[in-house]
Amino acid sequence: MAVADGRRDGTTVTVLATTSLQDSGLFASILPKYSAASGVVVRVVALGTGRAVALAERGDADVLLVHHRPSEDKFVADGFGVKRHEIMRNDFVLVGPKADPAGIRGTTDAAAAFARIAAAAAPFCSRGDRSGTHLAELALWQTAGSGAPSTAAGWYRELGAGMGATLTLASGIGAYTLVDRGTWISFAAKGDLELLVEGDPRLANPYAAILVSKARHPQVNDVQGQAFIDWLKSAEGQKAIADFRIGGRQPFTPCATP
Amino acid sequence: MSPLVEALWQAAALILHADSDLAEIVGLSLAVSLGATALAALVGMPIGAMAALFRFPGRRALVVLLDALMGLPPVVAGLFVYLILSRSGPLGFLGLLYSPLAMVIAQFILILPIVAALSRQVVEDHWREYEEQLRSLGAGPGRALPTLLWDGRFSLFTVVLAGFGRAIAEVGAVMIVGGNIAHVTRTMTTTIALEVNKGQLALAMALGIILIALAVSVNGSVHAAKHVAQRWGGQ
Repeated sequence: MAVADGRRDGTTVTVLATTSLQDSGLFASILPKYSAASGVVVRVVALGTGRAVALAERGDADVLLVHHRPSEDKFVADGFGVKRHEIMRNDFVLVGPKADPAGIRGTTDAAAAFARIAAAAAPFCSRGDRSGTHLAELALWQTAGSGAPSTAAGWYRELGAGMGATLTLASGIGAYTLVDRGTWISFAAKGDLELLVEGDPRLANPYAAILVSKARHPQVNDVQGQAFIDWLKSAEGQKAIADFRIGGRQPFTPCATP
Repeated sequence: MSPLVEALWQAAALILHADSDLAEIVGLSLAVSLGATALAALVGMPIGAMAALFRFPGRRALVVLLDALMGLPPVVAGLFVYLILSRSGPLGFLGLLYSPLAMVIAQFILILPIVAALSRQVVEDHWREYEEQLRSLGAGPGRALPTLLWDGRFSLFTVVLAGFGRAIAEVGAVMIVGGNIAHVTRTMTTTIALEVNKGQLALAMALGIILIALAVSVNGSVHAAKHVAQRWGGQ
């Protein structure tokens, strides 16, 4: 069995990344291009943003690639990361049952939609796992003026689950949920769920890459880690992201500033 | 088409096309779980036999501990190994996290109690049955140990299979220490979890069917070997 996994010879770089980038198929599309150009193998461990950040703080990756600005800024401010580089963005969308019991279809005000769901006490599935999507959802409840609803009321359910499991459950019980567009487009078992609210600027979802600090964790492969981030920001990397399609649609918009 | 019927078709299609990615995943699953099972048998059987035959301080506590740890949640075993192998952990300098070896270690810890506890029971039963006879031949527990292990070998097959079954089926431990990295640490169970998360339910179920078929064929081969051994080796 291959014991030496090549991590120490500098030819691989380990990335702790948020699940949407893997589950949507983005990595499967762009990483072979990077490997072909650089000869470096990128190993992706996909986890919710909260867990990815916690593991990166322990030094268990060379690069962190997640989507929650406050967590990213704190990661850098606390000295775990070198610098935040915004790479791409997409947006969150609010999906729910076709019947739309809270009557939010067509609204472009996400906070108002959340308030209507709460007023109607319509079933809502929350990731509840400190992922980037969960944290974005909590911020939206704040904006809606109510704060995170109590699970005691019954209509608000905290699942502690990944996006796919949450969508599957929401589809099963006819609940609303917040999802990033990439995962939504690529998710295969939508069932009765429909996209109901999109387009609010507050639904913006930027993804950023951060090199884990070698000063904190001497084992970090900083040379290859930074090279990978540089490639993501380069014209070539940005084009690879822009070229990625799911069912003819472009889920991620490159937005790096060189 | 209902997802279950679709899953059956997809399973058949996956096997017929002999997809190289699938072969890689199946190979890694088998290598990791068989490796962990072999290690657990090597270490667990002697521990179990000793707990059955010898009286030493703390023996009763050891027996209770082994029995209790048979129910060790895979996530806990995985978390334990993760904390040790993490770059911030005591063995972080080895760089083993997210490697197949880390998965072997986690599954070894998971199934060691199962193999040790069940071996203890097998050896103890045989010892109870033959103690008088063995003692009359001048064999105390120490000298009886190899005899008892040999005598109980067919029951111990089942013990090892119980360990293997637990290892090949678990997802919590390998997910944490392996990271489900494509082409490196992606096993049958982590692939199934990933496909469920993508909403590819039929594909996930198809992989589940292949996993079950795999477990059946491993168990079948062991039983066939046991049958042949019983016929030629007496008993």
